Amino acid sequence: MSLNTLSAKDISDGVKAKKFSAREVAEASLKAIHESNGSLNAYLTVLKETALSAADAVDKKAKEGSPLGRLAGVPVAIKDNMMIRGAKTTCGSKILGDYIAPYDAFVIERLRSADAVFVGKTNMDEFAMGSSTEHSRFGATRNPWNKDCIPGGSSGGSAVAVAARTVPIALGSDTGGSIRQPASLCGVLGMKPTYGRVSRYGLVAFASSLDQIGPFTHTVEDMATTMEVISGKDPRDSTSVDKEVPRFTDEMSQPLKGIRVGIPKEYFVSGLDADVDKAVREAAQVLKILGAELKEVSLPNSAAAVSVYYILAPSEASSNLARFDGMRYGFRNPKATHLIEQYGLNRQDGFGPEVKRRIMIGTYALSSGYYDAYYSKAQKVRTLIKRDFVEAFKEVDVLLTPVSPTPAFKIGEKVDDPLTMYLSDIFTIPCNLAGIPGLSIPCGFSRNKLPIGAQLLGNFFQDGLLLRVANAYLKETKWNEKAPS
Amino acid sequence: MPEPIITKKDVEYVARLARVAVTPDEVEKIQGQLERILGYVSQLKEINTDNVPPTAHPIDVTNVWRDDVASPFPHLKDLFKNAPEMEETFYKVKKVIE
Repeated sequence: MSLNTLSAKDISDGVKAKKFSAREVAEASLKAIHESNGSLNAYLTVLKETALSAADAVDKKAKEGSPLGRLAGVPVAIKDNMMIRGAKTTCGSKILGDYIAPYDAFVIERLRSADAVFVGKTNMDEFAMGSSTEHSRFGATRNPWNKDCIPGGSSGGSAVAVAARTVPIALGSDTGGSIRQPASLCGVLGMKPTYGRVSRYGLVAFASSLDQIGPFTHTVEDMATTMEVISGKDPRDSTSVDKEVPRFTDEMSQPLKGIRVGIPKEYFVSGLDADVDKAVREAAQVLKILGAELKEVSLPNSAAAVSVYYILAPSEASSNLARFDGMRYGFRNPKATHLIEQYGLNRQDGFGPEVKRRIMIGTYALSSGYYDAYYSKAQKVRTLIKRDFVEAFKEVDVLLTPVSPTPAFKIGEKVDDPLTMYLSDIFTIPCNLAGIPGLSIPCGFSRNKLPIGAQLLGNFFQDGLLLRVANAYLKETKWNEKAPS
Repeated sequence: MPEPIITKKDVEYVARLARVAVTPDEVEKIQGQLERILGYVSQLKEINTDNVPPTAHPIDVTNVWRDDVASPFPHLKDLFKNAPEMEETFYKVKKVIE
């Protein structure tokens, strides 16, 4: 078995016990990337030199008997909207095509001090806007289970990096499902933590009231460990929460007995693929056999979530992306003759069509005369969606739902139809609007042999409970152990 | 909520506000797409939100003050390396005032 296919736990244990070196692990990971990236396009930048020297530093520590971090020698891939000092951070965009990060994001600092090794930056929909990773300026990423299919998005590169076993851990960001949906379509675990659990410092902002960083892994234990490493208060993100980080690695092993699992009826509606419906319902039955109680619940305002999201997220984005003007950094169009024209041309050429579309929607929704009808109205319906969850969590401990209404679709199928693409996120968006944690876990395959995911949703700061349910379920079913050939 | 009827003029106006140059072809394409998307989201007007407060932020946060002490950024040179055009430590841009 090659070292890149091991879990993070097995790698760090092996490095600590000197069964193999961090350098051997990094080399195995880099080789796996090199062999697969031509067909998958999961990585935009491979950090070969810095990865090998970081691995050597870990080996040196091991040799000297210095204490090693929890992710000693573990290769990690990072979505290309998070800053690793000295590495390109493009956000999948031409406007940041040559941008070199001048500092580390908070999550990078944390992973570094746990002795993780960064092997590359992963492909994504431009500025995290998309559900298929087709909206990258650097070409689409392909699904390792079927290369004619999309991997989901926007963190498609990170999902594929883990699914194709080039790394055991990758980080993504999730604004409306951008971790959970690609995790589901690629057959790996993907977690969006409670809003505020993880600092967004050094993450390029898309919609600040919705964005959250989270991990992809193929084991629950690696998910729990990574969550412990990256969670916590950071004064540089004033929305990060000053709340003790639980021992997720202990919490995940607690028994399932007595946990109340809610099945929201609004998530099992027409338009839901029959294979997905079946797989998620079977997952519910497995949880019941394992000792959980099932209960049907209602989240009556669910159908409004996509509308609320496609007002609020573009509005926040139109404001956040105003900084990309090609003045202090980024693409500058040489054809401009005066300043206003310069802004317009930089942004016309620098941004792709989906980003421009969303900037326009957001600018429109915030413009004079429309603010109350769109932005303000959407914020009020957001309150109703959040209240639905508050009510549901009085009756149950977690919710079980589909992640994506269908398995992975074909490349090109929805790329020219924005509204249909937006509806891919119908089951993942409410979680971001409410701010609660969500976890996508593999729960089977479609008849076309494409992975299907189930979504666990929990109350605020109940991230650990989701890991506990996932652990019980996957220990029984082992869907997470399936890898693409 | 008013029925969204997006004209080409609206698209050009919004593009100007957003500082994105657009070609006539783009205006045409974006007009149709915005019309469809805004038509879809206008379903929200069917939902009663009387006496419902808006949510700007998912968790309750209050303003966070920090000490009013400047901390210099340690990697200025790396910042400047990303600049399209510089003169000494100044970013060079087109003339602002004619």
